Amino acid sequence: MQLSKKSCVPLLLAGALMTGGAASAKTFIHCSEASPQGFDTALYDGSETLDYGPNIYNGLVRFRFGTTDIAPDLAQSWDISDGGKTIVFHLRKGVQFHKTDWFTPTRDFNADDVIFSLMRQKDGSNPYHNYAGPYLYFNDMGMPDLIKDIVKLDDYTVKLVLTRPDAAILPDLKMEFALILSKEYADQLLKAGTPELLNRKPVGTGPFQFVAYRKDAFVRMKANPDYYRGKQPIDNLVFAITPDASVRYQKLKNNECQTMPFPNLADLEAMKNDPNLKVMEWPGLNVGYLAYNTRQKPFDDVRVRKALNMAIDKKAIIKAVFHGEGTIAKNPMSPSVWGYNDAVEDDPYDPQAAKALLKEAGVSKFKMKLWAMPVQRPYNPNARRMAELIQADWAKIGVRAEIVTYEWGEYLKRARAVDRDGAVLLGWTSDNGDPDNFLGTLLDCDAVGGNNHAEWCYEPYDTLIRKAKTLVGQRDKRAELYRQAQMIFKAQAPWATIAHSKVHVPMRKTVMGYHKDPLDRHDFEGVDLAE
Amino acid sequence: MIRFLIYRIGLLVPTFFGVTLIAFGFIRMLPGDPILALAGERGLNRELYLKLLHDYGFDQPLWKQYLVYLHNLLHGDLGVSIVTQKPVLSEFFSLFPATMELSVVAMTIAVAVGVPAGVVAAVNRRRAFDYMIMTISLVGYSMPIFWWGLVLIIVSSGILDLTPVAGRISMLYFFPTPTGFMLIDSLLSGEPGAFKSALSHLVLPSLVLGAIPLAVIARQTRSAMLEVLSEDYVRTARAKGLPALRVIALHALRNALIPVVTTIGLQLGYMFAGALLTETIFSWPGIGKYMVDSVFRRDYPVIQGGLLLIASIIMIVNLVVDLLYGLINPKVRHRA
Repeated sequence: MQLSKKSCVPLLLAGALMTGGAASAKTFIHCSEASPQGFDTALYDGSETLDYGPNIYNGLVRFRFGTTDIAPDLAQSWDISDGGKTIVFHLRKGVQFHKTDWFTPTRDFNADDVIFSLMRQKDGSNPYHNYAGPYLYFNDMGMPDLIKDIVKLDDYTVKLVLTRPDAAILPDLKMEFALILSKEYADQLLKAGTPELLNRKPVGTGPFQFVAYRKDAFVRMKANPDYYRGKQPIDNLVFAITPDASVRYQKLKNNECQTMPFPNLADLEAMKNDPNLKVMEWPGLNVGYLAYNTRQKPFDDVRVRKALNMAIDKKAIIKAVFHGEGTIAKNPMSPSVWGYNDAVEDDPYDPQAAKALLKEAGVSKFKMKLWAMPVQRPYNPNARRMAELIQADWAKIGVRAEIVTYEWGEYLKRARAVDRDGAVLLGWTSDNGDPDNFLGTLLDCDAVGGNNHAEWCYEPYDTLIRKAKTLVGQRDKRAELYRQAQMIFKAQAPWATIAHSKVHVPMRKTVMGYHKDPLDRHDFEGVDLAE
Repeated sequence: MIRFLIYRIGLLVPTFFGVTLIAFGFIRMLPGDPILALAGERGLNRELYLKLLHDYGFDQPLWKQYLVYLHNLLHGDLGVSIVTQKPVLSEFFSLFPATMELSVVAMTIAVAVGVPAGVVAAVNRRRAFDYMIMTISLVGYSMPIFWWGLVLIIVSSGILDLTPVAGRISMLYFFPTPTGFMLIDSLLSGEPGAFKSALSHLVLPSLVLGAIPLAVIARQTRSAMLEVLSEDYVRTARAKGLPALRVIALHALRNALIPVVTTIGLQLGYMFAGALLTETIFSWPGIGKYMVDSVFRRDYPVIQGGLLLIASIIMIVNLVVDLLYGLINPKVRHRA
């Protein structure tokens, strides 16, 4: 009843309750979707956990707010040399780790912390290498092979040595696995025989410091008074764990929280019409797609793939599956990522032409499997419905699709099999905002049998992607290569590109300074509440 | 009585081992595996996948995995969650008070309302009150928990603004919770308004969780009372001129309570099942939600440990119910 409409306790007063009477304390409540799996973000890849990354920690680099442009963070600058294989980072001085009840730092952030944070993930002999499970994301991004060494040149200079040039290394270092933890704290925990607390009682340099966590109930943080970009306008930040989207919405309406993630698409119109709420929205860095197995007949024929693409009514899908809150995808990457080629023309919706093309390919009627994901994702909120619409579209050109699905882990495993039959509905949300994270990760030859669900290896395309990856620090040249690659992709049609979803963050109108995050993290730096 | 107690406790042992086998076997019959679930959408390279399977012992034959599980179990080790890397037992006990608090309040409401409603319905058989109670209980029994929960939230919290939406207490309160029972901890905290907030947060979830047991208890009480009310000794008591209330409360209800107590014991098992959904809807941080998440993540140690602990609690409750018979009905005590 504390925050009911009738007896609404002003947040200022309420914050005072929590902090034991500081009259000016402001408490901000975010209704988050799930409990974090832990707080060492290098160990996990779920958004419910990664959301704590930008709030508690800093990395060497960050995104400029609202963009995917790389900006300095704990590294003030960097020099790239040796054809992109060496990067020397010049670290920021005077940055302090959080002072908490369980840790009091005796020194500022320095090169030792950078080396510890990254090398523990590579070096199997590091006592923190397997202290709370594997470093999945570090491995997924190919870091063990890419990073050769990290060398301390002095307290505020580190040299990152790579085994090969990789143009995506700076965006990779923005990711949550590369956030910087305190080596001094880790050493203290090791000495005390409690290394697991590194993952449970986090210490970072970020805008908020951890206070308490109760599983499935809340995570409490408070503003870091020594934050290097200045103390935050709000004093307390609470993540109230609220798994059900309808309940989150109701709590938002009742001012029991001030922001929420992942609304039901069906609720958006009502949210937008509510005088007390506003909805921030922006294009997500994602793509939903249908991948044919290009190694299987008849999908090894580009005319068949094109014909199937031309038979899909994407407008109807956007309306029925995304409630109009999505955009038709024509490229295999988000329009918000640099290097996007807007000049590419999508396959037109033309069932008659599709039928003719199938006839030309000599496969006028056939049966196939159409895989529907068993889970909801922003890039595909209702895969079953999407599959049914595609099934109906294809029936019009004589293709009989049988919809199949499996348990999610099994689905992903089977979808990766090179001899998989049919076409599989899947999608991707960018890890780091770099074009290679779509065009390379999902479609290059190395990814066949892995994330390349079309099992598509096309030399002209692959050459462009491989070349672009070596051009470290040459964004314009890379962008041009990626634009060419998208043209080739469209001509070869290993996928039907379906849709990009929008990111929606409903919030109270009193919320100020919330900035969109391209990777959908909920970052509360700079956020305030109007009084 | 002691022989009876030893006999009943003796029965618990094979039941316990049966549960370990079922918990262990059933989860492994589901498609998917914990390492795939841990890897998420990005997947794992085969080398790392095999290494993790080996690290967690999932590459061993099933019988060997079961024996290791049993060995650890008999040493009081329920294992460590694959996802959070925390011991299952400590996570379970940190969440259990929330489920216990919710279940106790829900069951209290169910018994406090259900038993009198059933008695009144039986006494007023085939009258308007009887039909009304039976219709309401049928509706209560038939309503899906998820729907019922959301309707209550929309009406009570959204439209009428009577109750908070979800959670155990307003997020604006923060105090130590030594017992884990929010009603007690909020009183101990001395924070003004904290107890009221905790109590108000209990209203909707306990009504939702208590709805089906309430309906079942009301119907069972009515049925048992109808049977007892037609017995000779009740007729005799009435013929002796005893007050109606005394006949109903002492002569009829006491005898009718035996099947009702059984029902209450069985409903406790239902409570844990119902808690899975209720806790998810109301963001109630208890073991129900913990178990649901663990099933989705194929977190074998948590599912096995959780099932075993829940089964153990239900077994103990059933034992207590059996012992209660003796208190209610001396004939059962004599037989034992």
